[in-house]
Amino acid sequence: MNLSKILKNIFLVLMASLVLTACATQTKKASTGQLQGDVYTGTDSVEYLASGVPDRVFFATNETVLTTASRETLRKQAAWLRKNSDITVVLEGHADERGTREYNLALGERRANSAKDYLMTYGISSDRISVLSYGKERPVDSGSNPLAWSKNRRSVTVKAN
Amino acid sequence: MLFRYLLLLLLLLPVKTFALIEVDITRGNLNPLPIAISPLSIDDNSKKGFKKKVKIEDLGVEISTVVENNLRQSGLFNPLNKDAFLQKADIANLKPRFEDWNLIKAQALVTGKVSLVDEKLRVEFRLWDVLAGKEMMALAFTTVPSNWRRVGHIITDKVYERLTGEKGYFDTRIIYVAEEGPKTKRIKKLAIMDQDGFNNKFLTLGNELVLTPRFSPTNQMVTYLSYFRNLPRVYLLDIETGMQEVVGDFPGMTFAPRFSPDGKKIIMSFAQDGNSDIYTMDLENRIVERITNHPSIDTSPSYSPDGKYIAFNSDRSKYQQIYVMKNNGKDVKRISFGNGLYGTPVWSPRGDLIAFTKLHKGKFYIGVMRTDGSGERLLTENFYQEAPSWSPNGRVLIFYRETKTNSKGEGFSAKLWSIDLTGYNEKMVETETDASDPSWSSLLSN
Repeated sequence: MNLSKILKNIFLVLMASLVLTACATQTKKASTGQLQGDVYTGTDSVEYLASGVPDRVFFATNETVLTTASRETLRKQAAWLRKNSDITVVLEGHADERGTREYNLALGERRANSAKDYLMTYGISSDRISVLSYGKERPVDSGSNPLAWSKNRRSVTVKAN
Repeated sequence: MLFRYLLLLLLLLPVKTFALIEVDITRGNLNPLPIAISPLSIDDNSKKGFKKKVKIEDLGVEISTVVENNLRQSGLFNPLNKDAFLQKADIANLKPRFEDWNLIKAQALVTGKVSLVDEKLRVEFRLWDVLAGKEMMALAFTTVPSNWRRVGHIITDKVYERLTGEKGYFDTRIIYVAEEGPKTKRIKKLAIMDQDGFNNKFLTLGNELVLTPRFSPTNQMVTYLSYFRNLPRVYLLDIETGMQEVVGDFPGMTFAPRFSPDGKKIIMSFAQDGNSDIYTMDLENRIVERITNHPSIDTSPSYSPDGKYIAFNSDRSKYQQIYVMKNNGKDVKRISFGNGLYGTPVWSPRGDLIAFTKLHKGKFYIGVMRTDGSGERLLTENFYQEAPSWSPNGRVLIFYRETKTNSKGEGFSAKLWSIDLTGYNEKMVETETDASDPSWSSLLSN
């Protein structure tokens, strides 16, 4: 093997490793940008009930407690509901696919209810809120990876009328 | 429909002989027993008659194929290739030439005869011990011709029971959820099929989400969860009449239903205000009873076969674990203490084991443990699998498994799988569509 060939090989290996590190940093950035702990903080699947009023909140694995961001979203929803007093909503609770079906139904119900309880503390009557758990039956992201699962662990506020 | 025609047991000739052959059922399929299933003989007139009635060329061959496939699937038997058989079916049924069957290394032999008698299907069969040169069993059945596959299953059950000493599980059906469509908008229907995948039938149209069907251990009723009118509730379905009704009058979601062993009660979870507890409803007097009262999630209840205890899933210790309590909700004891999360406890029909799903380090396992939680044994590991259901003899578990999707979220599928209690003989159960939530029926005959 002559020298130029060896140099060429070294060059190729260097190039390849540069590309690889570039990829690695990029994916790392992307995931830290959309996950806090394992709670989804991105806006990919989020829809809006009104301008500036996101329709959903996200949860950590096996958790039903609301994060600071979730509480902020729910306060916006409560304000919107107070302004539109004729609107009733269904809170749809969901789980990711990494759990048994029956337990996930219960978990979805508990998640939707923690959102409901929070809306109620901000003055929304329980008559205007119903709860529906889908467990893991209706994912928004069909991926089998932590980011997809984080988007699926959610409670979505849906207009019912 | 299927059960309108009862099978008539005509003659029973128990022959008491000491069998030399013995199937080792403790080790699984390491050494399956070589068995010859001779085609059942059929006379020309009957052949013509059945061809007209059930559109089958040779019913004798077909019934023996049902038996052969069943025995092979069990993993305990090795049905020998029919091409090697030297003796003709009709003569073998009268008096087998044991030297011939010995030559091809058959240790047991099944022979028989099929005939059309008064518009009915009459099947007789014999089980022979080739080494001892003796008849072990002879039985005959009469039924409507359309029931011919069931005859094959019943013969298998008799052969299996005679050779293993355990009841069979072949004349049984599986109720499950048939799935289709993208993962985010899955369409689900209740479906039922014979244990071997034949006679598949859809029981709902797919207009509403349905989950977790479970057979009654005593009759043709099924309990399941339906999202009819977006109200997830437990329903009761009579699969003979198609009649269905909602179970109880609960102001919220009811789910995770199962029958009590006597078929008289349904046990399930009821979720309200973020808390799920376990309730029963008596199907005769409609009385609802609360069994657990705890701020944690209590779900997936399953009775012991004597009805005295209930295994269930609870996160009262923070994460999902398996608990056992008395049927009145007293004396709650946690029984799962291994690493990871535990769900879907199901009590074995034999009473000595509880099957479960376990999640540990990103993998899902189907396993069994004794009812006090000792002797945990994991049978199979995969990306996702859950919801084991026992065969009626407590020998085989059926469950469902889902695949991991690729980076684009493609490649999702859900299939039924079965595995022997020993951890051997893991097999995919063929279904027309994707499938989940299987539940095994009791034996249809006897």
